[in-house]
Amino acid sequence: MTATATSARSDLSELGRSETALRTFLHGLPGVDQVGAEQRAAQLGTRSIKTTAKAQAIDLAIRMVDLTTLEGADTPGKVRALATKALRPDPADPSCPHVGAVCVYPSMVPYVAEVLRGSGVHLASVATAFPSGQAPLEVKLADTRAAVAAGADEIDMVINRGAFLAGRYREVYDEIVATKEACGDAHLKVILETGELATYDNVRRASWLAMLAGGDFIKTSTGKVPVAATMPVTLVMLEAVRDFRAATGRQVGVKPAGGIKTSKDAIKYLVMVNETVGPDWLDPDWFRFGASSLLNDLLMQRTKLTTGVYSGPDYFTLD
Amino acid sequence: MFEYAPAPESRSVVDIKPSYGLFVDGTFVDPTDGGSFKSINPASEEVLAEIAEAGSQDVDRAVRAARKAYEKVWGPMPGRDRAKYLFRIARLIQERSRELAVLESLDNGKPIKESRDVDVPLVAAHFFYYAGWADKLDHAGFGPAPRPLGVAAQVIPWNFPLLMLAWKIAPALAAGNTVVLKPAETTPLTALLFAEICQQADLPAGVVNIVTGAGDTGRALVEHPGVDKVAFTGSTEVGKAIARAVAGTRKKLTLELGGKAANIVFDDAPVDQAVEGIVNGIFFNQGHVCCAGSRLLVQESVADRVLESLKRRMAQLRVGDPLDKNTDIGAINSAAQLERIRELSEAGAAEGAERWSPACELPDRGFWFAPTIFTGVTQAHRIAREEIFGPVLSVLTFRTPAEAVEKANNTPYGLSAGIWTDKGSRILWLADRLRAGVVWANTFNKFDPTSPFGGYKESGYGREGGRHGLEAYLNV
Repeated sequence: MTATATSARSDLSELGRSETALRTFLHGLPGVDQVGAEQRAAQLGTRSIKTTAKAQAIDLAIRMVDLTTLEGADTPGKVRALATKALRPDPADPSCPHVGAVCVYPSMVPYVAEVLRGSGVHLASVATAFPSGQAPLEVKLADTRAAVAAGADEIDMVINRGAFLAGRYREVYDEIVATKEACGDAHLKVILETGELATYDNVRRASWLAMLAGGDFIKTSTGKVPVAATMPVTLVMLEAVRDFRAATGRQVGVKPAGGIKTSKDAIKYLVMVNETVGPDWLDPDWFRFGASSLLNDLLMQRTKLTTGVYSGPDYFTLD
Repeated sequence: MFEYAPAPESRSVVDIKPSYGLFVDGTFVDPTDGGSFKSINPASEEVLAEIAEAGSQDVDRAVRAARKAYEKVWGPMPGRDRAKYLFRIARLIQERSRELAVLESLDNGKPIKESRDVDVPLVAAHFFYYAGWADKLDHAGFGPAPRPLGVAAQVIPWNFPLLMLAWKIAPALAAGNTVVLKPAETTPLTALLFAEICQQADLPAGVVNIVTGAGDTGRALVEHPGVDKVAFTGSTEVGKAIARAVAGTRKKLTLELGGKAANIVFDDAPVDQAVEGIVNGIFFNQGHVCCAGSRLLVQESVADRVLESLKRRMAQLRVGDPLDKNTDIGAINSAAQLERIRELSEAGAAEGAERWSPACELPDRGFWFAPTIFTGVTQAHRIAREEIFGPVLSVLTFRTPAEAVEKANNTPYGLSAGIWTDKGSRILWLADRLRAGVVWANTFNKFDPTSPFGGYKESGYGREGGRHGLEAYLNV
């Protein structure tokens, strides 16, 4: 059994050396039936999570939030405030857990690093000419190195969608490998920008491509195109990480990002994780939400569960 | 671990009376000889209500009421006016959907998520659909001004009590017939609630009559000389008896009987969705589905992979309280049915097939059966030939498309089949060769009022649903 697993592992690592091998492998993955995948995602959304299960899910979701600001208008003051909130999301309740990470542009990393140092909250930075990825490779790698040097321990890169859609898989693969190398010890999240990949077959192929190239996480979206994370897209990605671990023994995380705004949505995602890949992924090390407004809704629901009453939005900080 | 806390639907939304009479000529009446039986909740064995048992005199009374209503009111009524009543019934079903769903789950044992999201919405959809036909029968393709048949005797099963009622009553009424319907003895309650909805809708007396009882009541109804049409859904054995009883009479007959459907998975199938389809095909409604995909035919080259995924998926199925919104598999409908499932499963193991079920805790009271698959099944095993009508899947393998066709058709039944492949041309090639009334491609157990449904061979004859479903209730 071990021998088989090892040989399977080495087989897959060879794939990136040849465009043909890579293409044959990616196109040999089982297809995704769109209707069926959407129906399954909708079914999982009908689970009813109440009382103790809801409280548990809300705390877990808070710990999984990558609290994000990615605006041209971001300033040191703004990101410091956000980082402070990440440490103590609910100042009124010390039992409230901190979030998983803060996610900002590379230029904002130093200011966030000051606040987060030693807290256990990770510092993620987008890089590689986020969000379009349309820059020369050298620029993308420099972008990555700069973010890591400034203190980011997680890098959210974008794949080259143009190359992917044109079928130049090797190019996409090589870029991820190079970025992973530039990351050093920092974790690499690979943004597939599923809204631009258009089909679930593409999502599955891009997921495998990112994992084969060494990505630690696969992430749905930048949040900068009209279609961001959806339940069916995340389902297809979860199936991919599950199958990848079965084939290689390596576990890869998943991060839906963009458009997840309510506790109800977040809980649907957690149900999907639970029933698709199981409890191994129900941990901030393996599943994250890329979100900004989600956190306050989680906090409101959390307060409602503990006090029995809804507090107005003014009781929660806006940063 | 992420444990889901209990999320029970409230049963207080429905008011169950301690006892129910027969619904004849627009009112609830006591049976002539005063017989009764009890309907129980199969998830707890608690008695839900005492139900009147109709004898032959009661059946006669109901048929006479239906005849009078047919001749005086419903037959002569213009189609557009019949449509108004049917639309009204459809809306009332929607308004009272929560009540109907809870009552269905209590009496039948099916999970509330199915009665709420599948059964009751389909029931309303059927009434809406056939309401639309009532004033357009000239355009149904059966010639100008097709005439109704008269009084329809309808006998329905316990697996989809309210949905089967809708499949029977909606087209019959739209076409201008009146009906006497007998629900199954283990699941009469939603039919009786439907009778209240008929009253609420001011449906003229005698258009719908509901007589409760077991086999004797059904026989009296089917053999009654005053009925013009017999429609039955249930076992092939009873179906054959009805066909014999009706032979030589003027009665028009449609039968929707058993099945042993093949769900065929090719090596290029979308595996994750195929596994969902397999699960939905056999574990939907505890496998109490005549068109259930009870034989999985999987191509040998992907059999291990598909089975591994299937077992992993089955371990996620939540068996338990039908009223819990997170329950996937509810209770087996009756002790007798549970016994039959057990008997056939034991035969499967004794004949050498390998039995597997995920670890799952079953409640102490009530009738329960864990989701089960048998691998290494051959065409010669009883579990590959006989309808189990429970959450039990027989897995067989094939090597070539021709072998898949041969095995799929090698059954006395022919109600439904499923095909899983990414290749459109193969779907068309195979659908042409499968002797089954319904062929689903890359999906399973999909129902729609616009789509005709019915069988080949010993799965019965006649079609229900769609334009074709009108034919059974028209003199054509």
